[in-house]
Amino acid sequence: MSVTQLNLKEDKKPAQSAQVVTFTPSPATKPFGTRLMRNARQMMAQLLPPLITLVLMIMLWELVCSSPTSSLPSPSRVLEESWELIAHPFYVGQGIDQGMFWHIFASLQRVAIGYALAVVAGVALGVLVGQSQWAMRGLDPIFQVLRTVPPLAWLPLSLAAFRDGNPSAIFVIFITAIWPIIINTAVGIRNIPQDYQNVAKVLRLNGFEYFAKIMLPAAAPYIFTGLRIGIGLSWLAIVAAEMLIGGVGIGFFIWDAWNSSLISDIIVALIYVGVVGFFLDRFIAFIGRLVTRGTANA
Amino acid sequence: MAQPYLSLEFIDKTFERNGTRSEVLKQISLGVDKGEFISIIGHSGCGKSTVLNIIAGLIDATSGAVFLDGKHVDAPGPERAVVFQNHSLLPWLTVYENIDLAVSKVFRGKKSKAERHAWVMHNLDLVQMAHAKDKRPAEISGGMKQRVGIARALSMEPKVLLLDEPFGALDALTRAHLQDAVMEIHARLGNTMIMITHDVDEAVLLSDRIVMMTNGPAAKIGEILDVPIARPRNRIELASDRTYLKCREAVLKFLYERHRFVEAAE
Repeated sequence: MSVTQLNLKEDKKPAQSAQVVTFTPSPATKPFGTRLMRNARQMMAQLLPPLITLVLMIMLWELVCSSPTSSLPSPSRVLEESWELIAHPFYVGQGIDQGMFWHIFASLQRVAIGYALAVVAGVALGVLVGQSQWAMRGLDPIFQVLRTVPPLAWLPLSLAAFRDGNPSAIFVIFITAIWPIIINTAVGIRNIPQDYQNVAKVLRLNGFEYFAKIMLPAAAPYIFTGLRIGIGLSWLAIVAAEMLIGGVGIGFFIWDAWNSSLISDIIVALIYVGVVGFFLDRFIAFIGRLVTRGTANA
Repeated sequence: MAQPYLSLEFIDKTFERNGTRSEVLKQISLGVDKGEFISIIGHSGCGKSTVLNIIAGLIDATSGAVFLDGKHVDAPGPERAVVFQNHSLLPWLTVYENIDLAVSKVFRGKKSKAERHAWVMHNLDLVQMAHAKDKRPAEISGGMKQRVGIARALSMEPKVLLLDEPFGALDALTRAHLQDAVMEIHARLGNTMIMITHDVDEAVLLSDRIVMMTNGPAAKIGEILDVPIARPRNRIELASDRTYLKCREAVLKFLYERHRFVEAAE
C-alpha cells in the first residue's frame, strides 16, 4: 500500500514542476553583427588597460623630463633626436654603423647558438641527474655552486680560452641558460609517476623506448619551465656580454651610444631589448604549450 | 597431480626500511587453473596488492617463486598484463595511441601494420570504447578510462590478467557496468584473471574462488572459498540466490568476525 502511495506522489511532482517552470527560449543564433560587436568589446577590454597605463606613463615621463636642464631626454626629445634610428631599422652602413634590426639580429644569433647548445646539454645532463642517484649525488653540489656564478664572471675566463669575442659571448649564454634547464629537467624526471614506470616495465620497453615514449613526454612540462627561465636569462646575459666584447650587437650598441652621449639612442635600444625579450619568452611558452598539450592535466 | 597453470610457491616478503624489518607476506602458496577467475580479498594494508605485484614481477619476493605455464617468473612482462588501480593511461597519448603503444611493442614483427590497427580497434570494441579512440584520457570519465586500461591489458594477449582494485575509484553504478563488462570478457575469451578487491559483493559475483587473506603483519592465506554459482551470472537474480548469499556470508564472517581489522596495531 505505502509503496503505491509513494509512487503516486512521485508521479505528481514532476508534472507539477514541469508546469511551474516556464522555459524561455533564448535566440539560438545571434546575428553576426552582435557577435562581432561582442568580440570587439572583449578585445577592447584586453587592450585598453595596458594602453591607458602606457599613455599615462609616457605623459608622466614627458612631464618629469620636460625641463631643458633635465639629465634624461623626454619622449618627444627621444623621437626628435633618434628619428633616424627609429625610422630606418634596416639601414646598412660601415662596421658597427647598422640599423637596429641588424644589431638585434646579431644578438639573437649569438643567443640562438648558445641557447641551443644549452638545451641539448642541459636536457642530457638533467636526464642523467634525474635518472641516477649516483650522478645526482656527484654532480648536484657542483651545479649548485656553479649556478650562482654571475654570467659576466665567466667572460674573462672564456675570452682567455677562446681568444675571440664571439665564441666567448656564446659561451656566456650557454653557461647562463644551462642551469635552470638541468635542474628543472632533473626534477621532471624524478617526478615521473611510478604508474608510468610500471606500464613501461610490464611492456618491457627498452632504454631508448622508455626515454622517448615515457620519460620525455612525462617530464616535458618541467623541461619547458626550465627552457623558459633559460631563454629569459640568456637575453639578460647577452646585453651585458656584448657590452664587453664589442662588434655588432645590441649590447655594444648601447655601450657605444653611452660613450657618444646619445642617451636617446639608448632608450630606443632598451625598448627593442624589452620587446624582443618579451617575444622570446612567449615563443618558448607557445612551443611548450604545443608540445605538452594534454600532459599538464592528467 | 599436474602443475597448475599459475602457481605461487611459499612466497615470503619482508620490507626493510631504515633498518627495521617488517614482514608483509608469509608462506603464500596458491595454484590457479587456466581460465579461472580468482579474487584476493582482505583488509587494507594486508599485502594483497603486494601479492599481485609479485605475480606481475614489479616487486621481487624475498623467498619463494612464481611459475606461469611451467616457467619461472621473476620480471615484469606483457604475458602478465596489469590493470592498474588508477588506470595509468599516458595522458599525452590518445586512447588509440595508448593501446597502440602496447600493441606495437608486443606484436612488433608478429603482426603487420594493418593487423595491429585491427587488433587495437578490436580491443577497443571489446570494452565499447571505439567511439572515443581519438580522445585523450583527460577528456573521458573515470569509468571510460578504466575500460581503456582493461583494453590495453587485454591487447597484450596476456596469459594472466592481473586487476589491482580496478573499480575501487569508481562510483557504484559505473562499477556495476564494468563488472558486467569484465564478466562478459571473461566468458568470451576465457582469460585467467586475478583480481584484488575489498568489495565482498564484487568478489562473489565475479570469482570462481575467493582467496581471503589474514591481517598483516605477516599476512597469509586464511581461507579459500569456492563459489559454485553457474555462469553466466546475473546480479539481479543472484541478489536472492541462496548459494550467493551463503558465499557472501562466509566472506563477511571471515573478514569481520575472525579477522577484524585493527587499525594501527602496534
